[in-house]
Formats: sequence, structure tokens, C-alpha cells
Amino acid sequence: MFFRFLFARSRLVAPILGVTLLAACAAPPPGPIETVDPNEAANRRIHAFNQSIDRNLLAPVAGGSGGLLAGPVGEGLGNVAGNLSMPSAIVNKVLQGRLADAVHNSWRFAINSTIGVAGLFDPASAIGLEPRTSDFGATLHRWGAGEGAFVMLPVLGPSTERDTMGMMVDVVIDPLRLLPRPEEYWARGLRLGTKLSDRARFGGSVDSILHESADSYGQLRLMYLQSRRHELGQEAADDAFIDPYDD
Amino acid sequence: MTRSSTPMTTKATDPRRRALLAGGAIYAGFLLTGSPVAAFTVDQARALIDKAIAEVNGVIGSGKAEAGMLRDFESIFNRYADVPAIARSALGPAARTASAAQLSSYTEAFRGYIARKYGRRFREFVGGRIEVTGAKPTKSYFEVSSVARLRGQPPFALNWHVSERNGQQRFFNIIIEGVNMLASERAEIAAMLNRRKGDIAALTADLQRL
Repeated sequence: MFFRFLFARSRLVAPILGVTLLAACAAPPPGPIETVDPNEAANRRIHAFNQSIDRNLLAPVAGGSGGLLAGPVGEGLGNVAGNLSMPSAIVNKVLQGRLADAVHNSWRFAINSTIGVAGLFDPASAIGLEPRTSDFGATLHRWGAGEGAFVMLPVLGPSTERDTMGMMVDVVIDPLRLLPRPEEYWARGLRLGTKLSDRARFGGSVDSILHESADSYGQLRLMYLQSRRHELGQEAADDAFIDPYDD
Repeated sequence: MTRSSTPMTTKATDPRRRALLAGGAIYAGFLLTGSPVAAFTVDQARALIDKAIAEVNGVIGSGKAEAGMLRDFESIFNRYADVPAIARSALGPAARTASAAQLSSYTEAFRGYIARKYGRRFREFVGGRIEVTGAKPTKSYFEVSSVARLRGQPPFALNWHVSERNGQQRFFNIIIEGVNMLASERAEIAAMLNRRKGDIAALTADLQRL
């Protein structure tokens, strides 16, 4: 089983490296609020589609759960899904050469999968083993790839060219694939379920950005790019911030 | 000019001499510190945000209904944030061409809008806590960092930008996990103004409704 996983990965590494090098040549380091969005018109159409999915499907189901998903059930769902994302984060941390983070996450995964009842509870965080999440987009960044253009994905929402590619690779290199068939689907289904419980728990924020803003696409793009760059440690320089007293 | 017949001499005990010396010392002090008032320090910036956060935590833990919480948040915002500077910056280039009356009624509408909007976000922190973790000076302001710990969520960073350039110590920006409030509001107000074809009075009315 482990070999199957290794094999699947090695087939991918070479072409990825090739694309990565190309992307790295083309991309200058981004400023704090800089955006590259050459496909804005198409992206905006996809965003309108995502808004209608949220309005007609996610929001009613999340809201109709009668607070169930917003409470401890949603929290437990989120915990299990978060725990199931750890193996993939560990693989990526190793690929990034961040072995301390990989070990940290492994302890976390071991503790929450056992004492935490298959990840339903999060005793690891209580002892300082907070998740150090990662993904293959972050690995590509670590290998020197630029983020590329901004992309709005159907259903999945805001991303960049690099992170979209990372997502596709993550599906392939995810150790959850080693699970036998029905369990693997259960695990994936659960992740989808957390999209609903997150919608229930953070509904106010989602409504505020997605449906109450004068330009929800612009807000989402700005917030996604800033938070992603922050997550990847691309800290903006002090003077790159807006100084309202300088106008 | 002719010299006075009685030469101006000062002895060590002469009060005039002491006054001159003292004045010189104070003047030199001004030159060194650049400002006669006690300079705003990084510790004061930290203390300011400490106080603001203690009040925010108090509201989060108060168990009040939404309307009551939003009123409390608005009062915190008014006392700790430099709302006129935030409002002006959010308005962007249009602030330069607006009349004083337009700008002042826009600022008042913005005051309520920003407090309600961010008050609602802070309300989602119910059951959580924020704590100050550090403070450092940057080129032109102070950055106070804090961490929000919410139930069932990994902790996240809230950074507060504090300045005293309007004469009082106030924060003028919040950075939530890298997301810059001023940048968001600049984009949002620009989009709202654009929808009203640049009419600041119509924008002001829209802000009052939000």
C-alpha cells in the first residue's frame, strides 16, 4: 500500500517540477494587495454561479439544520475533517523539508486519532500541538513557484493558478487514498460536510462578504490573496501598508 | 550700537544665569527628542490595545443580545479607533474634492457602518478570547499583535496599527491573518461610490442603511 502511494507520487514529481520552474521565472514577488487577474470577466461569471449555489443550496441547508451544525456537532465534524487532513499536511511538510512541522503534525494526528476518538475531539491543541496545515500549493511556493493569476473555481471558490494545481496534486498524493474504498469515500464525503457546517458556523461572515458587499468578487479576491500570502509567510513590508495619514 | 556702560556680567548665583542655563537645557532637550510633549511609546501603544481588547472581551463575554453588543462595540470603536482617518482613507481620492460638510456627514455615517460591520464579526468571537502578545514600532506607527482564540478553531493573529498623528493615541487599522481592514474598506467604499456614480451624499445615505 505504501508503495502504491510512493509510486503515485514519483510519477507526478517530474512534470510538476518542470511547470514549477517555468512559473518561478515568470512571477515577481507580489505586493500586499497586488492582484493579477487577466480572466476577470470569466472569473466574475463563475463567482455569480458560486453565489447562487450558496444562496440556494448551502445557506438554506446550513440554516435549516436548526443550529445543529453551528453547535458541537459542526465543531466535531470540523475536528474529524481537520484530523483527516493531517496526513496530507504531513506529506507536504516533508516535501517542503519542514521536518519539525511534519513530526509536530504526526504527534497531533496520533493523539487526536486515539485519545481524541478518531479526531472527534481535539486534545492535541490543548497541549500545544495546534495544526500546522499545509497543501501542495504551499509546497510549490516553497519550491519557488509564483502564485500565477487569480482564479475563481466553481464551487471551491477563490484560488490562484499555482494553488489550483496544488489542489489537483493533493488529491493524488493524499495518504487517505490508502484507505480501503468505502472508507476513503466516507472521509471525502465528510470533508464536503464540513463545508456545510462551516457555512452554518460562520454564516454571518459569509453573508457579509458574499451577499452584502457592493463588490463581493473584489472583496473575496482581495481577502483570499492577502490571507494566502500571509499563510505562506509572504509578509508585506512595513511601508507597503496603507498609511491613512499620508494622503 | 554702543556697549552699555555697566557690562553684563553674570555670576554663578545670578538668577538670570540659572534661567538661561535651564532654558538652554530644555531647548536642547527639545532638539534631541524632537517634540516637547512626552513621546508616544511602544508601551503606550500596547497599553491602549490592551485596554481596548479587555473591553472587547468584556462585550464578547457579556451574553448580551446583538443590538446591545453592537452598541457596545460602537462605543469601543469611537474611543479607541481614529474613525475620521479611517473614513477619509476609505473614501480615497474623492475625499480631496468633497466639501467639508459632505465629508463630515459621510464620516458620521461611516462611523456607524464600520462599528456595526466589525461589531458583527467580533460578535462571532463569543466564547473566545483575544490577548495581546507583543508590540513593535514600524516606520511611522506602532504595530500591536494579538491572538484570538476561538472555540474549536486554531488561534489566529489580529494586528492593530496604532498612531498618535491626530493628537490622540488611536488605532487606524486591523490586520486579521494578513487581511487588511483599510484595504478592504477602500475597495468596498470605492465600489459603493462607483455604484452611485461618485455621489458622496448618496453613498452617505447608503452607509446609514447598512
